[in-house]
Amino acid sequence: MKRFLLIFVCAFVCFGAKAEEGFDMGEYLFGHIGDSYEWHITSIAGHEISIPLPCIVWGETNGPAVFLSSRLEGGEKYRGYYIPDEGDNAGKIVEDAPDGTQVCPIDISITKNVAALMISAAILLWLILACSRWYRRHDVTHEAPTGVAALLEPVIVMIDDEVIKDSIGPGYEKYSPYLLTAFFFILINNLMGIIPFFPGGANVTGNIAVTMALALFTFIAVNLFGSKHYFKDIFWPDVPLFLKAIPIMPVIEIIGMFTKPLSLMIRLFANILAGHVLILSVVALVFISATLGPVLFGSMSLVAVLFGIFMDCLELLVAFIQAYVFTMLSAVFIGLAHPQVAETER
Amino acid sequence: MGLVTPSGGLLFWMVVIFGVVFFLLAKFGFPVITSMVRKRKDFITTSLQEAQQARAQAEGAEETCRKMIEEARQQQNQLLEQARESARQAIEEAKAQASAQAAELLVKARADIEQEKREALAQLQNVVAGLSVAVSEKILRDTLSDDKAQADYVEKVVEEFRRKDTN
Repeated sequence: MKRFLLIFVCAFVCFGAKAEEGFDMGEYLFGHIGDSYEWHITSIAGHEISIPLPCIVWGETNGPAVFLSSRLEGGEKYRGYYIPDEGDNAGKIVEDAPDGTQVCPIDISITKNVAALMISAAILLWLILACSRWYRRHDVTHEAPTGVAALLEPVIVMIDDEVIKDSIGPGYEKYSPYLLTAFFFILINNLMGIIPFFPGGANVTGNIAVTMALALFTFIAVNLFGSKHYFKDIFWPDVPLFLKAIPIMPVIEIIGMFTKPLSLMIRLFANILAGHVLILSVVALVFISATLGPVLFGSMSLVAVLFGIFMDCLELLVAFIQAYVFTMLSAVFIGLAHPQVAETER
Repeated sequence: MGLVTPSGGLLFWMVVIFGVVFFLLAKFGFPVITSMVRKRKDFITTSLQEAQQARAQAEGAEETCRKMIEEARQQQNQLLEQARESARQAIEEAKAQASAQAAELLVKARADIEQEKREALAQLQNVVAGLSVAVSEKILRDTLSDDKAQADYVEKVVEEFRRKDTN
């Protein structure tokens, strides 16, 4: 269903981009789902309104530099750094090397996604620490949770009991802080992404760097505490000798070690990205049909709004499901490498 | 920036931010919450068990109470039965005694009456014999001259007897 819609929307996008001169669908889409150095809010009468964010770069030629992204607006140069409009490095901060080629410096700028991550992280920290403060200050055996604690406790208990405990089994307490953090981190970023205006709207969990980092943490959690059996199964599995002598099975198993977190990375990235693209495309119907006459414009806008509402509701569901799935699969992978599970299986 | 090529800067910041969030939450956040929830769960479990025990005890107490009431009622019934029995016996005895006494009295009275009758008859015989002797003596002693004298005499004698009798 989702793929079908995506194809439909892509076809629509191509059509729209060609048919409409005043509205650049590609720029519109990539501007919303991509990362950028400033946080664009809106444009009023041709004047762009955006929040400048700090750029932190360290180039070989021009050395370290920290400045606001507003200094590079409109292709301006600042201390040798600039953002080219076209070429291989379009949209990235570059510098010119002495031989005249464009070179990307080490770039750890606080981009839109980084800023959104920080905001989400702050909200998440506030929520969870407020919740834990409630538990510190109250006697749980005599009081029912109120406020933030009442809001979060059912979710925490559900994830802890039904996902983490069931997937990992005995000894799950060691992993539950990481998995709970991952769940709430993904969930809050997914939800913030659905909010169409500042401080939401950034496509954080639909960015492959973010999901890659999450998958990396899961990879570490799985392999760092893997049992002897887990590693024996990888390098010397219980298969006929000729499958091990020429190391077919070990190679497959080692590839499997990496494909598991890779699947986590791609799944979260693709689902959230697809959701953003779908909603943006539905909204784009309004702009595309603007030149098609009042009847078409009106009816298409109505359809776009109704479908947009539907998609937003669907994305709320997807935001939860993807966080849930990531947590559950991470827990399952950890459970497979967990010592006690390995012992009970044999 | 490409869609599927991860950017190093974002990756770096993501690792840093997630690392910090994870560190803070794993130290001050989730363990507190989950341990407290577990504590409450244990508390609820033990409370339920205690409640069940208390209920079982209460049921036992109720059972003994009911037994005691049952026993008391049985005793009461027995006592009532005994009392009724003894009352009936007492009445029976009293009745039997009374009828026996009555019969005795009747027999005595009958005997008394018989005695009296016999005595009265004996007296009457004596009186009648004496009277007849006296009357015949008087008649024999008197010379019966005439009818008038005879009659007077009889009258006189009868008068004498009467007087004698009244005396």
